[in-house]
Amino acid sequence: MSERRIVIRGGRVIDPANAIDACLPVVIAEGRIVTVGDVPDGFAADHEIDARGQIVCPGFVDLCARLREPGQEHEATIASETAAAAASGVTTLFCPPDTNPVIDTPAVVNLVQERAESAGMARVLPIGALTRGLRGKELSAMSSLKSAGCLAVGNAQRPLENLLILRRAMEYAANCGLLVVIRPDEPYLHNRGCAHEGAVASRLGLPAIPSAAETVAVAQTLALAEQTGARVHFGQLSCSRAVAMIAEAQGRGLAVSADVAVHQLHLTESAIDGFNADAHVNPPFRTEADREGLRRGLAQGSIGAICSDHQPHDLDAKLDAFPSTEAGISSLETLLALTLRLVTERVLNLSAAISRLSRDPAIIMGVDAGTLSQGAKADICLFDPDLEWLARPPVWLSRGRNTPFWGDPFTGGVTQTLLAGRTVYRRFA
Amino acid sequence: MINDIQFDAAGRLRHFLTIQGLSRELLVRIMNTAESFASVTEQQVKKVPLLRGKTVVNLFFENSTRTRTTFELAAKRLSADVLNVNIATSATSKGESLLDTIRNIEAMQVDMFVVRHAESGAAHFIARHVAPHISVINGGDGSHSHPTQAMLDMFTIRRVKGDFTRLKVAIVGDIMHSRVARSEIIALNTLGAAQVRVVAPKTLLPADAEALGVEVFHDLDRGLEGVDVIMMLRLQKERMSGAFLPNEHEYLDCFGLTEERLGMAKSDAIVMHPGPINRGVEIDSKVADGPSSVVLQQVSNGIAVRMAVMSMLLRGSDEGTIGGSV
Repeated sequence: MSERRIVIRGGRVIDPANAIDACLPVVIAEGRIVTVGDVPDGFAADHEIDARGQIVCPGFVDLCARLREPGQEHEATIASETAAAAASGVTTLFCPPDTNPVIDTPAVVNLVQERAESAGMARVLPIGALTRGLRGKELSAMSSLKSAGCLAVGNAQRPLENLLILRRAMEYAANCGLLVVIRPDEPYLHNRGCAHEGAVASRLGLPAIPSAAETVAVAQTLALAEQTGARVHFGQLSCSRAVAMIAEAQGRGLAVSADVAVHQLHLTESAIDGFNADAHVNPPFRTEADREGLRRGLAQGSIGAICSDHQPHDLDAKLDAFPSTEAGISSLETLLALTLRLVTERVLNLSAAISRLSRDPAIIMGVDAGTLSQGAKADICLFDPDLEWLARPPVWLSRGRNTPFWGDPFTGGVTQTLLAGRTVYRRFA
Repeated sequence: MINDIQFDAAGRLRHFLTIQGLSRELLVRIMNTAESFASVTEQQVKKVPLLRGKTVVNLFFENSTRTRTTFELAAKRLSADVLNVNIATSATSKGESLLDTIRNIEAMQVDMFVVRHAESGAAHFIARHVAPHISVINGGDGSHSHPTQAMLDMFTIRRVKGDFTRLKVAIVGDIMHSRVARSEIIALNTLGAAQVRVVAPKTLLPADAEALGVEVFHDLDRGLEGVDVIMMLRLQKERMSGAFLPNEHEYLDCFGLTEERLGMAKSDAIVMHPGPINRGVEIDSKVADGPSSVVLQQVSNGIAVRMAVMSMLLRGSDEGTIGGSV
């Protein structure tokens, strides 16, 4: 099927990498982009896609999506979540190493990739473990992980035993040419917190996580990035101050980047009021000032990518007293619509929004994706910016229904997704 | 509204989970009802038949003798059947989920749960998931809320002081971890107290404490100056040694209520404590047993207030309505 010759006609093509925003045909053959523009003479399409009224853009690159396989298949599987990814316009996704077993050997990397390939819905690129078993004590076999296909290593949300381990791990990763992904969170300051340390948690009497848990970890990591020369990517920021620290380091020429989970750009600490466990996330939703700082960082580019931070759970995970519930939101399927809301709210223009979902994260990871350049893989998302839909079945495909947006109306939805020229998702009207 | 869960479709009080979102009228009605039960409990025959045939389950996931006993007495004096389930040593320690525990006891045709749990939000969670005919009273959840304790404290204050609007109240001690303090602060503000102060070291104050509706003091002498009511909080043993405070002696030195310190307050100030008291830590025995102390009145008032809340929830009368304030 991928050998098919396809022309996508009538859509507004937005390809930030090539500064394209125009109504042009997209020509595809053998799973790759032939051209965006005039159909070459003699090109006989055996399939045409009518994209009138729709945006045609590169498939999205999600820097953090948990698929729960291997190890937590009762919550979700690679097949179920890559289907949700396809329905969300995501064609390349990076999964953190905190599976069971942990992604700290080539065997587990291969396992994840083989299962993703057999599902065939999205490219899945595992992030390797920074330390063996994610235990934070010994370095993982990073060189082998790289050979198996990892582009980055990280310790997910698990702490490192001390800063010396982090220093050595960063040095070794730099030596291997691997990006180090850090979810900045100082474990002792995090303590047993489950909500932002602020007015809402104080009123609800919830154990709280201070902003300093993030800023202290960012400061430590930045100092070590400077010391070691490692490339560092900060995942899922939540504090305005952390954004400013990273922007300052970037200004000094440090090779550091950052992403933000899409829901952090919309919700604040008040989302947990009434003990709403669906809004229990880690890092927690913080203040309006933090949300504004994240939005500003995104607009200015110090935050280069919007990720889903997808964390599907089974129903039981949220059925308990708030502090005992699992953190995380099933968020792939609201990724585009919540990003488009930033365009409506004038945080980003449409092209920049698409860039933060595709080209910019691809550059951060150094992965060949996120563009419609000639010869690129034909990973393409078509979406209708005016499509109205509700966050519930039959639209909802992820196993995880744990979202504070459950049942909410959204504007803007994916209509078709192509992976190497093959349609992996199509919305039927 | 976030606490709508406390009311049924007709606006009647169905659950009693937090003081947040309750009107002044409703709090006054609880105290008025408690006043009528207070006379019952002082009679020779202490029972009234209001809840005959109803079953109240004391569901305690956290040990407590005093609170459980007063809830039990309150239910019995209303002629309800009482079942005590001590989960701290029971089902959930065998791996049963909170929801399964609730479902199982619910299946025994009960009418009310009194819930105590170590985690904030537990009572809300249970209230959200119980069958429609069951009412839930929060008997204390984590550091969040202990509304019947707050109401018995308000009732005690009213009996001694009358009008709230002229009162300056200082709450002293571990505000950060105290569900009692949080509930008292909301109740006092709802009832129009002139000033609510909290007095604590920084390590025992939550972030943005002012947003709770209080004035913050870090110095006990200044915090007690001119107050009408002093509410002392219990300092948990595990917080005394190192993590939050250097040691208990230093705490007594800085934040313990002694006779001398009591002199900073108004001459007719009353001293309250939700119990159990750590004598010689947060309060000196001379004060705890002295003429200003109303600690034992608090305990006996606790029964009347809990009777009031239980009867308002279970009788289905209009006594628990919001009173046109919403």
